[in-house]
Amino acid sequence: MTISNTIAITPELIEAHGLKPDEYDRILELIGREPSFTELGIFSAMWNEHCSYKSSKKWLRTLPTEGPQVIHGPGENAGVVDIGDGQCVVFKMESHNHPSYIEPYQGAATGVGGILRDVFTMGARPVAAMNALRFGEPDHPKTRHLVAGVVSGVGGYGNAFGVPTVGGEVEFDARYNGNCLVNAFAAGIADTDKIFLSKAEGVGLPIVYLGAKTGRDGVGGATMASAEFDDTIEEKRPTVQVGDPFTEKCLLEACLELMATGAVIAIQDMGAAGLTCSAVEMGAKGDLGVELDLDRVPVREERMSAYEMMLSESQERMLMVLDPAREAEAEAIFEKWGLDFAIVGKTTDDLRFRVLHQGEEVANLPIKELGDEAPEYDRPWVEPGIYHDWDPASVPAPDDYADALLAMLGSPNLSSRRWVWEQYDTLIGANTLAIPGGDAGVVRVDGHATKALAFSSDVTPRYVEADPYEGGKQAVAECWRNITATGAEPLAATDNLNFGNPERPEIMGQFVKAIEGIGEACSALGFPIVSGNVSLYNETHGEAILPTPTIAGVGLIHDWAHMARIGTMNEGDAVFVLGGDGTHLGQSAYGRVVHGRADGPPPPVDLYQEKRNGDFVRSAIQNGQVTACHDVSDGGLAIALAEMCMTAKRGMTIEVGETQAAHALLFGEDQGRYVVTVGAPDANFLSLNAEGAGVPFRRIGTVAGDRFLLTGAISASISLAQMERAHEGWLPGYMAGPARAAAEQEMP
Amino acid sequence: MKTAIVLLPGLNRDRDMISAIRTISGQEPLTVWQTETEIPAGVDLVIVPGGFSFGDYLRCGAIGARMPVMRAVADAAGRGVRVLGVCNGFQMLLEAGLLPGVLMRNASLNFVCRSVKLEVTNADTVFTRRYRQGQMIDCPVAHHDGNYFADAETLARLKGENRVVFRYADGTNPNGSADDIAGIVNAEGNVLGMMPHPENLIEDAHGGTDGRPLFEGALDLVAA
Repeated sequence: MTISNTIAITPELIEAHGLKPDEYDRILELIGREPSFTELGIFSAMWNEHCSYKSSKKWLRTLPTEGPQVIHGPGENAGVVDIGDGQCVVFKMESHNHPSYIEPYQGAATGVGGILRDVFTMGARPVAAMNALRFGEPDHPKTRHLVAGVVSGVGGYGNAFGVPTVGGEVEFDARYNGNCLVNAFAAGIADTDKIFLSKAEGVGLPIVYLGAKTGRDGVGGATMASAEFDDTIEEKRPTVQVGDPFTEKCLLEACLELMATGAVIAIQDMGAAGLTCSAVEMGAKGDLGVELDLDRVPVREERMSAYEMMLSESQERMLMVLDPAREAEAEAIFEKWGLDFAIVGKTTDDLRFRVLHQGEEVANLPIKELGDEAPEYDRPWVEPGIYHDWDPASVPAPDDYADALLAMLGSPNLSSRRWVWEQYDTLIGANTLAIPGGDAGVVRVDGHATKALAFSSDVTPRYVEADPYEGGKQAVAECWRNITATGAEPLAATDNLNFGNPERPEIMGQFVKAIEGIGEACSALGFPIVSGNVSLYNETHGEAILPTPTIAGVGLIHDWAHMARIGTMNEGDAVFVLGGDGTHLGQSAYGRVVHGRADGPPPPVDLYQEKRNGDFVRSAIQNGQVTACHDVSDGGLAIALAEMCMTAKRGMTIEVGETQAAHALLFGEDQGRYVVTVGAPDANFLSLNAEGAGVPFRRIGTVAGDRFLLTGAISASISLAQMERAHEGWLPGYMAGPARAAAEQEMP
Repeated sequence: MKTAIVLLPGLNRDRDMISAIRTISGQEPLTVWQTETEIPAGVDLVIVPGGFSFGDYLRCGAIGARMPVMRAVADAAGRGVRVLGVCNGFQMLLEAGLLPGVLMRNASLNFVCRSVKLEVTNADTVFTRRYRQGQMIDCPVAHHDGNYFADAETLARLKGENRVVFRYADGTNPNGSADDIAGIVNAEGNVLGMMPHPENLIEDAHGGTDGRPLFEGALDLVAA
């Protein structure tokens, strides 16, 4: 079957392409005639929310994106940040939410593939990946299926491609029942003077198509990702692409080999909206026109129409402007790796985007306007309602502290994610210094004696929901803090902003205020946003997800011999909490798990204290005083201590003073705090230094034995084995399904 | 000692292996591309590293094993050259018939990456002589298809001929392998195939160096 280019353009067809009537009028005005069917497809691909950022652009511009370390900020395939010695780290995070809900394995796999391609398109070899995953409540009938599919899809692609997955998040909440979130992050390392950009240069130069063949998969994917879900979701399955990590691995090696020869002038991967988006971007950025001859595009299906070829989202493809003198050399490299290599067009000087198919010109559009003149909206928004008068004393103490702690450790959102990350290759590359399960994943800089990079991905959606501004700040602060907790200097971050329908003023209000918080925190912490992605319309039947602005950051460790981990303390070490005592129980994990209540404001973030405390902890780590370090986040101090104990397989004796409410002290989620351990002889030294730096500190106990003991105002005694059973048991038990859970119930 | 590392499209632990050889021996290994028909003269150790050759979309290692270079590896093995296959390399040595048995999908049906315990059950090979007989070592695994299987007769022969050199120990068998088999040698003792990744545990940065003696043995290096 083939689709003719002369299909009549009806209002229904326009609507089916996700274009509003006024947007269509704008097209008519821009080109002065009715578009052809292929042209309508091209506009729909360029002007959907996913590619044009039409609802978010106004607010994204307010984010801090600069700093002395930033080489390329937003606008390229990925952000580029200096790490010294002539090298840079190239990274970005991107969502693949909609496809992953429709087809979890392939949706997640191609999400990983897409972000890896963004990184190596710029000439960087990927060295680390992370994944922030959010699913519906465990009892929802689709959740187990989505977790299994997404996790094996992430692993299936990343493991075969050969990148270590060193971090991420997995969270469950009923608000994701109808829309799971899959946010994939990748980072690579490149030589700063060998970064490749998409901006084409030179008229009449060959445009080369590289990689896999074009099929009908993913036609219209970006438009699908810009709409809400309803009951027709099953019909959307064909819009999901199919990943081939083997081809991607070959494409990586071939691209890096070719880039090293100096033959590449510009290069752009084909992601959302495939050939259309990549060709337009290369031309528009370089102030050049582009002519494509679709008869030369390698295809894997017969009789594909121009429309299908221009909108296909087949994976593992690249477009490149090549030095014509090096054509034979380039072709030989691609042949060696078994990849397609075809000259499919040329750059022109007329600023038109022309597409030829079977001797016919099927599109002829102004190339700059396709991108630059995309609609931009200043959508109405309302100030989100937040808690003003809330009585923290309304959250009661638990009946039994040991029971409460075990319940929290074994709860869906605080239990161990080992079941997930053991399905990811965390070690490939032989440079991994810290695997998931700590504060940040850490990877050595290959070939450098002492340098390493730390990676963390964070957001607490329940905080953002309760107060988008504070929640936005907190996402940045926690990412910065997790990186700091390894001893790294936080360099920069990428944001992946997942929200509901921006046409609803209350959703837009969440977006606006969260961005404000993110921007303020990034400025205060010197942690600019250098790349990112926006995913809107995460709604099903009008119910939106929790607002989820995921922040993924990168830090630099100058000497990994002095990095900190969460479980490396020794018997007899002194345990300190730095940054103050726990007091805040609003939106706490304790409230949710132990008392079933989700109310209250989130903990506020004081950015001055955040920075002061973090800078102190980092210098203590770099000075070699700290034997182990962990940030205090979800679940508060008690969970942080328990996680350290379980990782180290060592107990602690913790003194709970009389002066504060013990449950707030143990479970409060006040921000800007860390637990550090130091050798007993260094305890006074650390205290003096903390005092000098104005950092609140409290020596709370000692590393000892194999039990977690709370003494003083309250008492509890829990064995490591008990904690581990609760912490490690929940996720594997859940994934094994009701059958196994029932069988275990019957066991004596 | 000269080392050659076999390269096929889709392998991805080749860089780990090259780095390990460089770190341990101080020498840069040669690389041999899949289309080569001969292992360069003077090579004493050929390594087939891990990964997903040709995507492993068919049986793991099945296509890789039929590439020209694998015939050259077999010829070299026949001449007594030492051959080490790790992970996908092990799968290819089985598919190429240099070692007996097959590797099936993990019993869990999931990819698994974690540290396991290995018992050195035969310390009398060129690969294991730097370990003590019965020594317990740590070693990471990272695979989807590491569940070793062979018929009862083959398993009995491997055991009888003392050809099982590594076994998963302390209940850490990650994949359901028969008899906890993690690595086996051929009858002549110059070809070793194993699922775990000793190349990922050779320096302090890796959290241990238990993989290092294997390379020191295979490369005739004096233990440090």
